[in-house]
Amino acid sequence: MVRRRLLVAVPVLAATSAGMFALGAASPIDPAQQYAGAAAFTTSEENLAQIRANWGVDDPLPVQYARWVGHLLQGDLGWSTSRHEPVTSVLAARAGWTLLLVGAALALVLVTSLLLGTLAAYRRGGWLDRGLRASAYAVQSMPVFWLGLAAIALFALALGWLPAGGLTGITATGTDPADVARHLILPVGVLAVAQAPWFVLFIRDAVAESLRDDHVLAARARGLPGRTVLFGHALRTALLPFLTLVGTHLPELVGGAVLVETVFSLPGLGAVTVQAALGSDFPLLAATTLATTVVVLAANLVTDLAYAAADPRVRLDD
Amino acid sequence: MTDTAHTIPATRRPPVKLPSAGVLIASVVLAVAVAACLLAPAIWPLDESAVDLARTRLAPSWAHPAGTDDLGRDVAHRSLYGLRVSLLVGAVAALVATVIGGLVGAVAGTVGGRTDRALMRLVDTVGALPHLLLGIFIVAMLRPSLGAVILSIGLTHWLSTARIVRSELLSLRTRPFIDAAVSGGASRLRVLTRHLLPHVLPRLALATTLMVPHAVWHETALSFLGLGLPPHLASLGNMINDGQRSLLTGAWWASLTPGLVLIVVTLALATLSGRWRDRLDPRVRAELNL
Repeated sequence: MVRRRLLVAVPVLAATSAGMFALGAASPIDPAQQYAGAAAFTTSEENLAQIRANWGVDDPLPVQYARWVGHLLQGDLGWSTSRHEPVTSVLAARAGWTLLLVGAALALVLVTSLLLGTLAAYRRGGWLDRGLRASAYAVQSMPVFWLGLAAIALFALALGWLPAGGLTGITATGTDPADVARHLILPVGVLAVAQAPWFVLFIRDAVAESLRDDHVLAARARGLPGRTVLFGHALRTALLPFLTLVGTHLPELVGGAVLVETVFSLPGLGAVTVQAALGSDFPLLAATTLATTVVVLAANLVTDLAYAAADPRVRLDD
Repeated sequence: MTDTAHTIPATRRPPVKLPSAGVLIASVVLAVAVAACLLAPAIWPLDESAVDLARTRLAPSWAHPAGTDDLGRDVAHRSLYGLRVSLLVGAVAALVATVIGGLVGAVAGTVGGRTDRALMRLVDTVGALPHLLLGIFIVAMLRPSLGAVILSIGLTHWLSTARIVRSELLSLRTRPFIDAAVSGGASRLRVLTRHLLPHVLPRLALATTLMVPHAVWHETALSFLGLGLPPHLASLGNMINDGQRSLLTGAWWASLTPGLVLIVVTLALATLSGRWRDRLDPRVRAELNL
């Protein structure tokens, strides 16, 4: 199955890159004028034509696409027009912070939603259940960047507990882990809270359902303690579909990271993507979108593998 | 009345239920919001270009219920107009998404076979992409504008509609009344328009309504990033973005009020459309509420 999934990834990536290239080609932006910047107004038409010829912008589109993909496959992601450096070095410098942000938020969401969702399912209709569901629906309609701004207004400005943005203090010379951790509390927390509703509601419903399963009733009938039945039997069955949810929700999390990085001025991929978009920087935009797609596809593969490992009924070879 | 009690057993009669408090509140909120949006230009016209530098960043008061922003503009006033823009863009974009998704789903569900597999693979592919990133890409390549924003939402939000229409058509195709129509000599077109469409339309309408809040959030996110509607336009996303400047000086209202308006209205919209879905498909509700 691993090989089959990897084979499927190829057409997916090909289709994605072709779609993005088509959009880029349809764009009204002239790369030569963009490159020349303000000088475009004074540069002669011949010079602009020369730039276009050097870049091969006038070649037929399939030729351009093949050349672009060929470069991508060789690891040459192109030149970022908005940051004036190779796209690969932008990715190398930024990707780590985004992975840290997304990873920490995902871990936080998983732990809290498993705990809260299970407890809510156990006392269905109780105050915890009703409170959680009401707040989950409310949080679902709060844009993550609004939550971020509200968190800044409350925790950074009104209470002064945490820094309002950035990765390190203004006076810091390097990236001291403790300083970075303090700066990441709000962004990670906001991203986690914004994503939590889906996970909490899902776990709550899944556990509530599996609490009525035969094996859970049997465990109860044998007189096992409630905590063992709840976490060892009911939650365990509910975990399986949860894995898939994590996989399908990863794109949402990435989108949230883009907004959170912008709100908190974090030097991650998301913030750089927004700058690239504002500057119509096709190479950088295409690279970040493709890189994210690869990561999401890989993560989906991992969730499938985990599913197969966790549930013996799922066979790897079908 | 006693006769009917005889013929219809009491258990078969659906219980008459009053709408819950949540539905009532949501209906009132939505009715007020829509009425305010429709009447705003007549009652309380807004000059988009007006600034008042003598009254910048005033805290909420009777004269300015939600304060003023860093250009001295009334936040409540602009929020109302922002809501107008956001709801309009959201509704149009949701319609665009529904048309795209409906067409893809209809082709996949009626043609079937290889076309169906190819289209569903396309749906899965687009679904694997972070839709905000994709939306940003589309807007960046087409230059930020109203049309680009609507296209960006339409091209990233059609997937669920396509899936719904396809599965609905697939299940309808096996139903006896379709067989009856076909064996009765009805043409393909007649089967499609008279037998399939009436079943799919309510789902399509519901999918559009459920999509509006998502479309509004997407538009607001793009505008917040500076990639959405033109910056001078009073849209909720633009206002939250502008308000960031005031936030650090303590004037939280300039940024958080438009967001609150957005949250309350989309929450009401989501509540009502969710209730509609429950009524259309009681099974889902039973599964969710247990």
